[in-house]
Amino acid sequence: MTTLTLGRALNEGMRRAMEEDPKVLVMGEDVGRLGGVFRVTDGLQKDFGEERVIDTPLAESGIVGTAIGLALRGYRPVVEIQFDGFVFPATDQIVTQLAKMHMRSLGTVGLPVVVRIPCGGGIGAVEHHSESPEAYFAHTAGLRVVACSNAADAYTMIRQAIASPDPVIFFEPKRRYWDKADVDLDAPLPDPHAAKVVQPGTDVTVLAYGPSVKTCLEAASAAAEEGRSLEVVDLRSLNPLDIDAITASVRRTGRCVVVHEAPVFGGFGAELAARITERCFYSLEAPVLRVGGYSTPYPPSRIEDHYLPDLDRILDAVDRTFGW
Amino acid sequence: MTIDSMRAAPHQGDDGGPGLVQLLTPEGERVEHPDYPLDVTADELRGLYRDLVVVRGIDREAVSLTRQGELGLWASLLGQEAAQIGSGRALTGTDMVFPTYREHGVAYCRGVEPIKLLGMFRGVNHSGWNPAEHGFHLYTIVIGSQTLHATGYAMGIQRDGVLGTPNAGAAIAYFGDGATSQGDVNEAFVFASVAHAPIVFFCQNNQWAISEPLERQSRIPLYRRAQGFGFPGVRVDGNDVLACLAVTRAALENARTGQGPTLVEAYTYRMGAHTTTDDPTRYRLKSDEEAWKLKDPIERVRAYLAREGLASETFFRSVDDEAKAVAADLRKECRALPDPPPGAMFEHVYAAPHPLMTEEQEAFAAYLDTFEEVPA
Ligand SMILES: Cc1ncc(C[n+]2csc(CCOP(=O)(O)OP(=O)(O)O)c2C)c(N)n1
Ligand SMILES: [Mg+2]
Repeated sequence: MTTLTLGRALNEGMRRAMEEDPKVLVMGEDVGRLGGVFRVTDGLQKDFGEERVIDTPLAESGIVGTAIGLALRGYRPVVEIQFDGFVFPATDQIVTQLAKMHMRSLGTVGLPVVVRIPCGGGIGAVEHHSESPEAYFAHTAGLRVVACSNAADAYTMIRQAIASPDPVIFFEPKRRYWDKADVDLDAPLPDPHAAKVVQPGTDVTVLAYGPSVKTCLEAASAAAEEGRSLEVVDLRSLNPLDIDAITASVRRTGRCVVVHEAPVFGGFGAELAARITERCFYSLEAPVLRVGGYSTPYPPSRIEDHYLPDLDRILDAVDRTFGW
Repeated sequence: MTIDSMRAAPHQGDDGGPGLVQLLTPEGERVEHPDYPLDVTADELRGLYRDLVVVRGIDREAVSLTRQGELGLWASLLGQEAAQIGSGRALTGTDMVFPTYREHGVAYCRGVEPIKLLGMFRGVNHSGWNPAEHGFHLYTIVIGSQTLHATGYAMGIQRDGVLGTPNAGAAIAYFGDGATSQGDVNEAFVFASVAHAPIVFFCQNNQWAISEPLERQSRIPLYRRAQGFGFPGVRVDGNDVLACLAVTRAALENARTGQGPTLVEAYTYRMGAHTTTDDPTRYRLKSDEEAWKLKDPIERVRAYLAREGLASETFFRSVDDEAKAVAADLRKECRALPDPPPGAMFEHVYAAPHPLMTEEQEAFAAYLDTFEEVPA
């Protein structure tokens, strides 16, 4: 066991993948000498050289587009998008090319590209630096979409993403980069798309991923003091979705609250609510409730705490599932 | 010509090269350039000096407000004052500016009160001024986006049929060296060229895009890119306020009279960190910074004014005092900037009433009320 921050765990995971496979490349803006603005790629260029860790020109469409080309030539590029809000120039390459190439080529062309995106708010940033764009990508067939919430998962999930024969959109909870946890560097690799019950409970299932998992665990502790038992499930993977684990939990508790930072309207929680309703209709004591961002652009940072789901809003939703 | 003879060597940092337009040397010598004659009165020179010193003061104050936690972030213009004041003072009331996030000096020239720049960096709003009022669009953080907006705006000016008349204006898009790699910027060049639009592309090449030096973006000097798109490009000493003024003035005048776009590359240096969260010691040499310090945009104007007897010690002192006073006011105003009410996030999302906004806003207000009802 080693204690690592989430950011460092990602670094160690990429390092290990690069050691194991000489075709693994890291590319993006400022990922080389600087080690990325969050230092997640710190030291990789020093250790693996400029041919494998590429400070790219400032152009996200270019970064993803050339990563696709490199993959066509047998490489496994791990691309860093500097902030969530800057993935949009690359959306064309991701949606029209990366996601569809395998199917269009009748399976002859594989694109093992990982697009790492630091996501979410809570760091007091200016606009475009606090977004949660996961729903766009989860909606796009052909992409695997995962979101890590802690250092131990970060370490295994990034390695599994790099090993994946499919393109993976990899969300990293930027405000948790500095959170530490014990990481077993030699632990066996779990199913990359399995959800995980991170807090067993009996009264309400709380579904979360990425940065919201920690908030939900805090809510579970607070609820426990009031005698209410929350079961917190970390989805880890949005596409594919571990619907069996989710339904098993909801059938047990009969209540479900979904938490994410992205706006609720048209958000990933809507997919969860619909699926759970289809599968657990007769077990549900209340409708699936969603707690998330409002249907507004991400607000100025001084009021972001009101926008982000917090303990109180989660507990309020939990209460409402009992008042139905 | 063979292909081989046309191939560019990998770009290395240079001193600006022979094409650099300069009217005031780093030592403060006034030199002439055949294409850019410039008559400036002593009054105008002193005014430019004053502008440079005041915006540096505003910038320095914002950096220190950030260190003290009053701002969340600041993108300093240190070293780029001449590029911004020179180009900013070339503008007239009918021109429209499309800035990045670093154009505090241009904002100043457009009459945007310094405090209004601070809101987004403090996190109380996403912008603090009405673009139409100042001929100065909102700061744009997404690299390169604004160059297309500027181009479209210029296409609008064209369609208004005012080019060549006193009502003509031009659009001017500011962007950095890093931005020249973005698709949007290259598309803006294409659209502007094809439309022959009245626009000036003003690139402040400060040598860095965060940690990436220019050679990560280009193999050739940036101003030469213009030729391939079909309009002129010129490289100007970005630390020379007079050259920036003369060149931008000429480019704007060309645009206003229907002669199409120009790319101006202001060759300068980002003397500070990329933003207050950046640590340049991780990627660049102190000696580079020291070398560029010798080309300081303010010192050379001061040297010229003093040597020519155009300004006295009293003048210099009064300018310093004014800069201090502006900074002190800014500090006071910044500390007094209130946080927005939480409900502000629902405002202005749509121009017309929107049922989901109303619903969420009411639910939010009702939710907040539940806290007030809880007995202490
Ligand atoms: C589309 C996009 N990608 C990435 C970023 C993050 N970012 C902010 S500033 C910057 C470097 C910009 O360099 P340059 O264009 O030279 O302007 P400068 O900051 O030097 O003024 C980067 C990569 C961004 N704001 N927008
Ligand atoms: Mg730059």
